Amino acid sequence: MKRILVVGNGLAAHRLTARLAALGHDGPVTVLGAEPHPAYQRTLLGSVLGGDVPASALTLSAPPPGVRVLTGVRVVAIDRARRVVRCADGTRYGYDTLVLATGARPTGDVHTLADAARPVRGRVAVVGGGVLGVETATALRRRGHRVVLAHGGPHPMHRHLDEVAGQLVAARLESWGIELRLGGYVPASGTLGADTVLRCTGTVPETAAAREAGLAVRHASGSIVVDERLRTNDSSIRAIGACAGTPDLAGALAQAETLATLLTGGDTRYAPLPPILRPRVPGLDIASLGASGPSGAPDEVVTFSDPARGRYARIEIRDERISRAVLVGLPEGTAAVAQLSDTGRPVPEDRLALLLGGRTKAPGDDPAAMADETVLCHCNNVSKGTVVRAWQHGARDLAALAATTRATTGCGGCTAAVRAVCAALPVPEEVG
Amino acid sequence: MSGPLSEPLSVPGSAPPPRTVHTHCPYCALQCGTRLGHALGEVTVTPSAFPVNQGGLCQKGWTAPEVLSTADRLREPLVRGADGRLAPAGWDAALDLVAGRLREIRRAHGPDAVGVFGGGGLTNEKAYLLGKFARLALRTSRIDYNGRFCMSSAAAASNAAFGVDRGLPFPVTDLGRADVVLLAGANPAETMPPLMRHLDRAALIVLDPRRTPTAERAAVHLRPAPGTDLALALGLLQLTVLDGRLDHAFVRERTNGFEAAWQRALPWTPERTERVTGVPVAAQREAVRMLADARRAYVLTGRGAEQHSKGADTVSAFVNLALALGLPGRDGSGYGCLTGQGNGQGGRELGQKADQLPGYRMIDDPAAREHMAAVWGVEAAALPGAGPSAYELLDSLGTAGGPRALLVFGSNPVVSAPNAGHVTERLAALDLLVVADFVPSETARMADVVLPVAQWAEEEGTLTNLEGRVLRRRALLAPPPGVRGDLEVLRGLAVRLGEPAERYPVEPREVFEELRRATAGGRADYSGVSYERLDAGEALHWPCPVVPSGPAHPGTPRLFLDGFAHPDGRARFVPVEHRDAAELPGRDLPLYATTGRVLAHYQSGAQTRRVAGLTAVEPEPFVEIHPDAARRAGVTAGGLARVVSARGAVVARVRLVESLRTDTVFLPFHFPGDGRANLLTGGALDPRSGMPEFKVSAVRVEPVDVVPGGAVSV
Repeated sequence: MKRILVVGNGLAAHRLTARLAALGHDGPVTVLGAEPHPAYQRTLLGSVLGGDVPASALTLSAPPPGVRVLTGVRVVAIDRARRVVRCADGTRYGYDTLVLATGARPTGDVHTLADAARPVRGRVAVVGGGVLGVETATALRRRGHRVVLAHGGPHPMHRHLDEVAGQLVAARLESWGIELRLGGYVPASGTLGADTVLRCTGTVPETAAAREAGLAVRHASGSIVVDERLRTNDSSIRAIGACAGTPDLAGALAQAETLATLLTGGDTRYAPLPPILRPRVPGLDIASLGASGPSGAPDEVVTFSDPARGRYARIEIRDERISRAVLVGLPEGTAAVAQLSDTGRPVPEDRLALLLGGRTKAPGDDPAAMADETVLCHCNNVSKGTVVRAWQHGARDLAALAATTRATTGCGGCTAAVRAVCAALPVPEEVG
Repeated sequence: MSGPLSEPLSVPGSAPPPRTVHTHCPYCALQCGTRLGHALGEVTVTPSAFPVNQGGLCQKGWTAPEVLSTADRLREPLVRGADGRLAPAGWDAALDLVAGRLREIRRAHGPDAVGVFGGGGLTNEKAYLLGKFARLALRTSRIDYNGRFCMSSAAAASNAAFGVDRGLPFPVTDLGRADVVLLAGANPAETMPPLMRHLDRAALIVLDPRRTPTAERAAVHLRPAPGTDLALALGLLQLTVLDGRLDHAFVRERTNGFEAAWQRALPWTPERTERVTGVPVAAQREAVRMLADARRAYVLTGRGAEQHSKGADTVSAFVNLALALGLPGRDGSGYGCLTGQGNGQGGRELGQKADQLPGYRMIDDPAAREHMAAVWGVEAAALPGAGPSAYELLDSLGTAGGPRALLVFGSNPVVSAPNAGHVTERLAALDLLVVADFVPSETARMADVVLPVAQWAEEEGTLTNLEGRVLRRRALLAPPPGVRGDLEVLRGLAVRLGEPAERYPVEPREVFEELRRATAGGRADYSGVSYERLDAGEALHWPCPVVPSGPAHPGTPRLFLDGFAHPDGRARFVPVEHRDAAELPGRDLPLYATTGRVLAHYQSGAQTRRVAGLTAVEPEPFVEIHPDAARRAGVTAGGLARVVSARGAVVARVRLVESLRTDTVFLPFHFPGDGRANLLTGGALDPRSGMPEFKVSAVRVEPVDVVPGGAVSV
């Protein structure tokens, strides 16, 4: 029976073992987690930091029966020839298939559940205004801390957001009472006047053991190179999630599901979705697509700027598809653009409706201007003309109109419209 | 316009029919109260002040009398002759033929070679007697009904969460006091308009991929991509907790299983939920805030959330959300399902469902079998076990091991079943198809024997509406000559199959008296309800057990106030996970097709397509499509389009709808022939409920070339 050894105990590993069980894998599965906790939902650390939920709320479900999960076990070496991994405590675990799901390692201070749950005192300086820094600063501010956010770039998340978008984000953070120190350099902690300093300088893929074992890694990012079957250059070793360079939760989960299918004899391929940067900042919608991808001259650039309302979008379109986009303060547009990007569907003709969500024109409902054939009462298919004629023939109140035309007798929703139509009618002479 | 009904024919020996009666509309589960009378030789209808409609009625209800006298009303039994044509036959000849063939088929292939397909429009008495007929006279396990396509997902989820399944566990009128109502995949403004009278106070949160007339009235309209409602519900549960809106005390004191359900919601961060569903994070958050801040709030589901191969899990996810917010089991708040068909509630609990005996007893429960066997005067061992669900039953017709004969009562599966082309083939493969109906429906036209039966204004009985209230249907007219009641048909067949006649009463009241005994002690207990109490105007919601002495049980308008129906009195969170639809759009079939209803028609349209005023509004099949998608497909407003799925093609008139998602088309399912939307839908079923996936099919849209002279080249 094939032994599967999973290194890493995050959401991707958790999903993999659940799917393996669901698909009927019957060989032994062992999971080695470096942190002392059971598997938890790391993406929500900010909610623990922000005090929204206790750390215990992030714990994922227990592994399926038969899956052995060992926590507090850090893998330090992979012996590919013998198909054995060695751990910091000296223990060894053999495998037929090794799955690396080791995630990414912080270069700063907040990465583990223990970090997030640790009490933070007084005025806090968050150093680093990338995604993690912005998320951390807003989470702490939500909890009532005084927060200063120090960032070396000209505005927060400057690698992903253009100038206009960055300024809007900066303005919003300041409106929430977060003090910003921007530009040029990251000041020394001492100059920030903080009781606590949290460095949020980013993460790097956790691939030391993989590199050491001679697995191919990308030069720039350090992430493990995998093919569409999630194989490394050693066909008995696979990698999923952040350690394989997958930027987001959606991708990591999709990889886990693909791999479970492959390891249980299924035939499928992992097709990555276009990466989308979507920071978790409750109350402010920020999205950036394709900023790190190859650039090329777009066929069309759509920009929308409404700084007074904190809204901005810049969308590059090539071959009717979105190639790059930055959006701030446009919740409907953000959702729609992400779906278009994921599905590769063409951009709707009505660009403004795309950004603002649905209708951009107010419906014309001036009763006087309505055509006679306009249906007022949909429940009974009664047109304005029918109501007008009934009124002219003496049905001068709602009850009489209902009795003659059945208008308003269904859901009752047209009552106001029927009243308005009649109110706009000239009073016949014999009455006046 | 309508036929000569001014001289209602009286049945010998019975009292002359009354001049006016108080009854209920024949269509949806709202069962609006109406008063029927006569004027100028025609049947007239006026809405009554009944609580659910408060004097309102939609166009279907106003025009319902036209179906009574429709020109092609079936008025005599028809038998298919050697020439392949249906020809009139006498009742005795028709029933003798059916019984004889059934006996032959049963002798050759066993009792399960005969199947029964019922309907959610049948009265309680008919649904009960049909189930009894199947189990005793036919001894078949092969009985299910079209309500499987309607209520089964919500039923499975409600039973799991609350220990009982009643569409609304509170009176409809309670909705009128609500501050916020979330409607998940429900469009009552079109499907049951008078319900909207109870929703005009509340701020509405409407989940629907389409901007329906209901969504037009919403404070917040969430437009999930087809097939992603379950992900959205999981995301809303996560936000409920993250935003500090979990009702901790309620969860602790009145529920079990929160932990496991929450763990399934953990991966559904607002951002991932947005990416999968297309519903903005801000809108998710606003919906949760509105529900949590409301003093009184309801979560209601409809077919949009339920008609999926994961429909039961989707409803469970919405029930979990309602439980996390502490809504169910509180006066003025709760979860409910908007039942669809006229007797969708009674139809699902009185024994025509493959796995159930009357009173919502499960057929595999030994105690339930003993109880029913005692009421019916047979040995429990003689009762068949659970049979396959509706689509599985239809799919197996005429196959090795599947039924060779099918009896259809109150249903038109040629139009209303999923994968309709395939289902039609299966029906054609039968040795014997018998259809009881009052009009020549598309299914009746395929039958070997057609039995003409009475309809709503010609019969007595009871129905149970969406709030679990038992209602009286009353006859204004006698059935036309040559037409019999379904109860009479069942007795006629049963006797010919060797059953004692007294087992199959033809008087609805007599059937109801037996139904009371049958349901006594069951989850849906009707034993304290009587025609006398209903005729005296009592509002009786089940459970309404009989009380041996002292004052009668008042019925139960509001369930769960003291406890849920599980033995420990607690509601259960059910842990569920999102999964994709059975079929997703791809290169050749790039669009989602979703099916549904329009205001002017009901179900397969067999009734409403025979009403001039309704066909004037909606005369033909149509497809709603976004202008961009139409342009790419090369179809234009008002032209014909062919909509193609892996299973079939539909020809429909194009309607451009700017508010529609560009990836989604919508087709109503009320039309026959090559306009049947169900030619597109597939046979993927929900593993918990047997519900087919009506709401998601992958399709493409193409122009139809119209050759000069108007002929359509297909």
